[in-house]
Amino acid sequence: MTGERTHPLLWVVTGLVLTYLAVPSVLVIIMSFSGGLFLEFPPRSLSMRWYQVYWASGSWRDATVRSLEVAGVVTVLATSLGTLASVALVRLSLPGRGAIRALMISPVVVPTIVLSIGLYSVYARWRLIGTAAGLVLAHTVLALPFVVLNVTAVLYKLDRSLERAARSLGAGPLRTFTQVMLPLLWPGIASGAIFAFLISFDEIVIAMFISGSHPTLPKLMFDGIRYELNPVVAAVSSQLIIVTALALLSSAWLRRQTDRTSG
Amino acid sequence: MRARSTWGQALVLVGPALLLLVAIYLYPLARLLVLSLAGGADGALGLGAYRRFLESSVYLGVLLRTIRISLVVTAVCLVLAYPVSYVLSRAGSLTLRVIMVFVLLPLWTSILVRTYAWMVLLQANGVLNNFLRRLHVIDEPLRLMYNEAGVVIGMAQVLLPFAILPVFASLRNIDPRLHAAARVMGAGPWRRFRSVTLPLSLPGVAAAGLLVFVQALGFFIIPALLGGSRVITLAMVIETQVVDLLDWSLASSMAMVLLVVTVLLVVGFDRLLGLDKVWV
Repeated sequence: MTGERTHPLLWVVTGLVLTYLAVPSVLVIIMSFSGGLFLEFPPRSLSMRWYQVYWASGSWRDATVRSLEVAGVVTVLATSLGTLASVALVRLSLPGRGAIRALMISPVVVPTIVLSIGLYSVYARWRLIGTAAGLVLAHTVLALPFVVLNVTAVLYKLDRSLERAARSLGAGPLRTFTQVMLPLLWPGIASGAIFAFLISFDEIVIAMFISGSHPTLPKLMFDGIRYELNPVVAAVSSQLIIVTALALLSSAWLRRQTDRTSG
Repeated sequence: MRARSTWGQALVLVGPALLLLVAIYLYPLARLLVLSLAGGADGALGLGAYRRFLESSVYLGVLLRTIRISLVVTAVCLVLAYPVSYVLSRAGSLTLRVIMVFVLLPLWTSILVRTYAWMVLLQANGVLNNFLRRLHVIDEPLRLMYNEAGVVIGMAQVLLPFAILPVFASLRNIDPRLHAAARVMGAGPWRRFRSVTLPLSLPGVAAAGLLVFVQALGFFIIPALLGGSRVITLAMVIETQVVDLLDWSLASSMAMVLLVVTVLLVVGFDRLLGLDKVWV
């Protein structure tokens, strides 16, 4: 930045720290192709056997479908609720706006174990344990902050005069929203949707308590890790890493779209 | 008329999200508060559960261990994060992008995936022990998990991005002209770091420390898997009380203590940096 050189030792330390960050993912991907009965590194032979076990197994398939269904509905729900709320938070002069915003973002930091047992207690009364609806509602609470953060970030950059122009040309609030704001907001909304999906798809602690007899994918992975190191989990993990990487790539691409539209 | 339509719009826009949060977020937390106070034998409200928690040497030990592990994890994260953030703050755009991939990809990768990898790596006949044995560095396998060291290794890897991002944000915001001014006045690189960079990055460091510490306090999956029954943390006791012992008032009182401490620390963090700086 100022033509100053960064000390070589700093690069070495940085390299080591980045290795520490990358080691688990790299290791899991390599070992998922192991051909033996046990996980070993480096694998003595390579095969796709654990992927085949995963794709052939009914319980893994059921859990994957369950997680995809829940995460899909969470994405739609969190994205719509979060987008609407963001518009109000940024554009209307609401009393207690700061408090409402803080409330909506706060699930990010509340320890999930605390929310989990609270939900476990309430859901037992409401008969929501083991239901997809119960999981969807709980995961939507966790996903909402990411939609609000992403959408409000774009909203703050958006030129208000466009909305004023639309209104003065006779468009009502609904029309202004759908025809002027939505087209400009969509990169932020899509980004929020991607993170909402990931949050729900990877969530484990709440699912442990309330998924009952219909385990989600993370719950099944947890059971496969807690008492034995089931090698199928390595194959599942590699596929999860790929999904995550694709999601982050799309979000980075979306961010560039935003920067382009807002100049 | 105008005010009324604003209110109507606000209700339509914020109402659904607020309704969800009240029913599925605030109400369950409020219910825990009630349960934590309803610990008396006759169902009378009181602080009995909190007393049972904080006067028991076993649970106090768990609380202290949780705090100790969180402090160690925080220290490890800050020490590892600072050089990376420093390099990031001076990197060109390509280096910046490459390093960011290394920081953000783990941040969004499932915690289970990463914990699983550490278990395969650290267990008695795991990757690391076998490697060291083949090199004849050790004869007996090292105990790398089912102890606090294993828990710290796993937790620090998960929380490190939360330390790197705030420190990077504060380093990047330092006005480069301050360095130029310091150089013109004859300060060498070390002096410039000590009197310009370091003091101006301290708010970011403090924010990073708070963010890592507060999340470490509530961690469940990693201590449960990498610590096992030998490293019991507060979150694990809360789970056991609810699932195995059905002692809701004790579990709720522990959850409330964890929640209140978390909220207080996060408010402190927000004053220092602002939560948006980390997640977007």
